[in-house]
Amino acid sequence: MSTSTPVTPETSGDPVPDSVGAPKPIQGSQISHRKAPRSQGLLGLLAWVIGILFVLPVAWMVLTSLHSETDAATNPPSLFAPLSLEGYKAFFAAGPWPALLNSLTASVISTLLVLLLAFPAAYALSIRPVKKWSDVLFFFLSTKMLPIVAGILPLYLFAQKVGLLDNIWWLMLLYTSMNLPIAIWMLRSFLAEVPIEMLEAAQIDGASLPRTLRDVIAPVVMPGIAAAALICFIFSWNELLLARVLTGTVAGTAPVFLTGFVTSQGLFLAKVCAASLVVSLPVLAAGFAAQDKLVQGLSMGAVK
Amino acid sequence: MSTATTTPPAGQAAPKAPDSKRNTQLKRAGDWSRRAPLLPALIFVIVMTQLPFLVTLIISFMNWNAYYPDERGFAGFDNFTRVFTDVNARQAVVVTILLTLAVVLISLLMGLGIALLLDRKFRGRGVVRTMMITPFLIVPIAAALLWKHALYNPEYGLFNGLLRFFFGDNAPQPDWISTNPLWAIIASLVWQWTPFMMLILLAGLQGRPLDVVEAARIDGANGWQIFTNMTLPHLRQYIELAGLLGAIYVVQNFDAVFTITSGGLGTANLPYFIYQTFYTAQDYGRASAAGVVVVIGTIIIITLALRSVFSLFKEESR
Repeated sequence: MSTSTPVTPETSGDPVPDSVGAPKPIQGSQISHRKAPRSQGLLGLLAWVIGILFVLPVAWMVLTSLHSETDAATNPPSLFAPLSLEGYKAFFAAGPWPALLNSLTASVISTLLVLLLAFPAAYALSIRPVKKWSDVLFFFLSTKMLPIVAGILPLYLFAQKVGLLDNIWWLMLLYTSMNLPIAIWMLRSFLAEVPIEMLEAAQIDGASLPRTLRDVIAPVVMPGIAAAALICFIFSWNELLLARVLTGTVAGTAPVFLTGFVTSQGLFLAKVCAASLVVSLPVLAAGFAAQDKLVQGLSMGAVK
Repeated sequence: MSTATTTPPAGQAAPKAPDSKRNTQLKRAGDWSRRAPLLPALIFVIVMTQLPFLVTLIISFMNWNAYYPDERGFAGFDNFTRVFTDVNARQAVVVTILLTLAVVLISLLMGLGIALLLDRKFRGRGVVRTMMITPFLIVPIAAALLWKHALYNPEYGLFNGLLRFFFGDNAPQPDWISTNPLWAIIASLVWQWTPFMMLILLAGLQGRPLDVVEAARIDGANGWQIFTNMTLPHLRQYIELAGLLGAIYVVQNFDAVFTITSGGLGTANLPYFIYQTFYTAQDYGRASAAGVVVVIGTIIIITLALRSVFSLFKEESR
């Protein structure tokens, strides 16, 4: 009995990979070309390791944000230090609400404006296309390639002249123009999938335009609108350069607030981690909730 | 459906009416009714993006420094000469190219590898995918702060902390940013952009016709042959799309350079250089000339890259 005990883990361990992996190769010659289940499992493990490595900095940020400042700044890292909300308290004590509210205003309203302008434009580039619609489409994309920094000085001088410096509405308009080309490309690629026969049928049946929009176009385009809204919101929320140059104490957005958060004196690591997390939270939540929309949005509708 | 197929000819017959004058009028009205929905967006974009650039072009030929308001005037090509002879400006061009190439190529390669890994079934695939996306969902300035202070810091950053944790008190404790400033920026950007590339390539992989792959496998093709002869050609458009979009954003990167090195140690890229020339040095003429150079450079690169990408959209909207 005692001699057989070391053997049992091996014999019971061996069949496990087989039963988990692909069916045994005895069944037919066509299956024998499949890779062995063992390498399948190894590749899965590799994927896990890479995923963990990529998420590690964020996990570290979460942990650090929950430590006291003294525990956050140790070497080697104090993994099991007592948790504390000190960092979050310091962040909220610094008065982030106006900045967060500015970010929310600029992002949400510019996203709505983008959709309002993009939808008719996308319609005129797909369902009832204008002449040379592809040239127009490319013009929109080309504006996206014009680096923002190349136009930033006139935008600044103009705002200075008409008193729009440090005004959130000016920023909001700029975010609208920044994201409009992306939304037009995306909505166009969705609208192009609306079956024309259905549109004609609706017209012949005497359906009004609002009804056609609701019953025929909306079902196809709604996912596109959601994806466009998600990506416009994220890009506006993230924007720093324009906000930094064009706003100050009144209209400063959350990213601008973050840049002013690092002090040269004293410990600030937990505070900065907490602040970074809170500011990233809306993007994280929206992105996780709509992963497929994220892909559609990032590829401007080319990938559905 | 049957009514739909029979009636359109009647509707189409109307514009073909023989009355040519009324016809052109109708057609013109039709053209404008087609254009009308497009105009608000088009005008808005032109006013907000083309007009400022036009002004930049004008200022680039002017002698204009906000610190010396009296010396404002026409400067000819002086600003451009100064941009091309300025060591810092040339350095900024080189840094921009290096940064963009390195970030886009490395994240594309890593994104491709990870997309291939995530394309196969394994336990917890959804969880790994979610973990992979996370870096992209951290606000860029927050990510830059995280890398600079929580990871790279030589005294209490995670990297040196881990070195000491694993190798004891004698472990090397490099100052990551000052020894390799550009690579410090590149690494943080690769971390953020690999998920972006991975997402687009994974979507491309999942649109691959699997029955053909299965057939090739039955015919005795090995994994490498399938990858190079079937997967890669299918992915080509997606790789180009991801690369182009990534390049558009990375060329413009400001947050990471601004935060991690403040443009010091020879890492100022063009956006940072222009920001500094205009915002700190208040040299409007020179900043505008640099802006014009950036735009011309971008246009040249993009015209070359764009054609292939458009084919993807054309195919999608057949």
